[in-house]
Amino acid sequence: MTTVALKPATMAQALTRAMRDAMAADPSVHVLGEDVGTLGGVFRVTDGLAKEFGEDRCTDTPLAEAGILGTAVGMAMYGLRPVVEMQFDAFAYPAFEQLISHVARMRNRTRGRMPLPITIRVPYGGGIGGVEHHSDSSEAYYIATPGLHVVTPATVPDAYGLLRAAIASDDPVVFLEPKRLYWSKDTWNPEEPQTVDPIGRAVVRRPGRSATLITYGPSVPVCLEAAEAARAEGWDLEVVDLRSLVPFDDETVAASVRRTGRAVVVHESGSFGGPGGEIAARVTERCFHHLEAPVLRVAGFDIPYPPPMLERHHLPGVDRILDAVARLQWEAGN
Amino acid sequence: MTVMEQRGAYRPTPPPAWQPRTDPAPLLPDAEPFRVLGTEAAAQADPELLRRLYAQLVLGRRYNAQATALTKQGRLAVYPSSTGQEACEVAAALALEDRDWLFPSYRDTLAVVARGVDPVEALTLLRGDWHTGYDPYEHRVAPLCTPLATQLPHAVGLAHAARLKGDDVVALAMVGDGGTSEGDFHEALNFAAVWQAPVVFFVQNNGFAISVPLAKQTAAPSLAHKAVGYGMPGRLVDGNDAAAVHEVLSEAVRRAREGGGPTLVEAVTYRIEAHTNADDATRYRGDAEVETWREHDPILLLERELTARGLLDDDARQTARDAAETMAADLRARMNQDPVLDPADLFAHVYAEDTPQLREQRALLRAELDAEQEGGH
Repeated sequence: MTTVALKPATMAQALTRAMRDAMAADPSVHVLGEDVGTLGGVFRVTDGLAKEFGEDRCTDTPLAEAGILGTAVGMAMYGLRPVVEMQFDAFAYPAFEQLISHVARMRNRTRGRMPLPITIRVPYGGGIGGVEHHSDSSEAYYIATPGLHVVTPATVPDAYGLLRAAIASDDPVVFLEPKRLYWSKDTWNPEEPQTVDPIGRAVVRRPGRSATLITYGPSVPVCLEAAEAARAEGWDLEVVDLRSLVPFDDETVAASVRRTGRAVVVHESGSFGGPGGEIAARVTERCFHHLEAPVLRVAGFDIPYPPPMLERHHLPGVDRILDAVARLQWEAGN
Repeated sequence: MTVMEQRGAYRPTPPPAWQPRTDPAPLLPDAEPFRVLGTEAAAQADPELLRRLYAQLVLGRRYNAQATALTKQGRLAVYPSSTGQEACEVAAALALEDRDWLFPSYRDTLAVVARGVDPVEALTLLRGDWHTGYDPYEHRVAPLCTPLATQLPHAVGLAHAARLKGDDVVALAMVGDGGTSEGDFHEALNFAAVWQAPVVFFVQNNGFAISVPLAKQTAAPSLAHKAVGYGMPGRLVDGNDAAAVHEVLSEAVRRAREGGGPTLVEAVTYRIEAHTNADDATRYRGDAEVETWREHDPILLLERELTARGLLDDDARQTARDAAETMAADLRARMNQDPVLDPADLFAHVYAEDTPQLREQRALLRAELDAEQEGGH
């Protein structure tokens, strides 16, 4: 038996590898977007794909997001499996009409005759010092649109597994890539057989007994850090990484909250009309008699995304999470 | 060094070489809409094709009348009629081969029917028992598209995919004059030209976007001229001359199939009826204008030509009318039957598999329906 040394790989590399493997396995998989070919994408996530598979398989398109997604719809109608890259969260908005009026409802409109297996990759979220229009958390728009799956990885292995699952899905998947985790590393061996979990399963990232932090994407490492810091306060926090916002894994989330009796939802997206409200409601509906305190939300403020020099005040950090945990009515419950 | 000395030392270098990327002259549309009927070119037209077009136009006119009548009887929620535009609708369908694809807009049910789709299935959207009633893959007709011009990039993507797969398939996408103002029109034409996709963009300029006339829609010399900016040819055709529309579209389809890339075709026509049965056209246009266009009616133009050439006698006229009446009677009878609705269908095709959330909602609806049924007994 040989031992394969695990080398650190970044999330960006895992995503590239996922597309490369999908393209090698299935000639109908095509990548298209702005700068995805020669340059390999502004984040280099499509690096090498045009060289390896040719420009017909990994295509630099004109600079027009509605056109990119709209042509991807036509390609999918003809049996291809397009993977489109929206260069930044806020640059995806011109494609919203195609997404909402066509991508999300073509299967339904045609009674299942015309499914659209399209993966829409969207680098999202802040924390990289981006100037205006480069740091939005746009997931609330997507999860409010029936017909779309919405997933987001927080770890290197999940980036690979979820993207493979998204590309293999016969439904359209909005694949939200936490751009500040692109360069996060993990000991991950791409040569090993990879686990590809079905879309829609959350995972307990850190078991704990005191309270559950429900989170996803870029906020997962922040919550894990908060959980470590909470030990000093005597709290043993459980961290649930949702991975998939649609479908939502009520089972895993509710099981965790029933165990701990307390929950805080953490995300960068604004709190009003954000995913946290839906999650808090679902948890309350399912776990009311197990709850020792109201479900709290720690989210971005309800403001346009701030300029980079002020973004640290906006993003949910360890202190704000711990402050919320402190407000979970410990004196009453314990 | 003084300023003058600096100037003296300055050696101007020529700017980087520039030349137009393509010669715009061959892309320009003709000064006048292309016509066949009533011109010398008519003698070259295939009699069989003219007869076929005639029968289809008569059928189409009757179809529009029947569908409009069905709105009055409450059998259709709404109907955007293509009366007066039948030449465009029919020619679009007839210019394509079986393996090609048609991308219709909401006013193009007639083109969909002319392509072979069952008339009742073509009207499902407007009856309201589902959205798309037909299988798009059966006749290679994309769903009737309501959001303006959004189907144009689909046509480009499909044609591009077909070409990548080595299939000689052409996509013909239909849009109105109002739709040319949409961003998706621009993006679709640009993508198609850059990719040299085998697509024909077919604009029916019927004069109005609901109530807004073309003058408020664009300042372009013609809609066909817009092609030049994308590097594709623009063709201008009399949209009420069925032979001319068929010839121009067939030529564009042939060009696309042979690898010549996309074409933009503008057919100049007129919407004789209001936007839909729910619209009141007297608020924005006068009868005199409508009358002028009635005299340039597509059926009338073709009938004159056929009669002059001895290609249409009373028998042939009657045969066409009889076929149209048979179609209308069948449509009427079938549309007068209530559609069978199953509320469970609401959840059937949202995803390949229900999400847990949809399973819960499906059960909720089921319980409501069961309670309703028990209450009824």
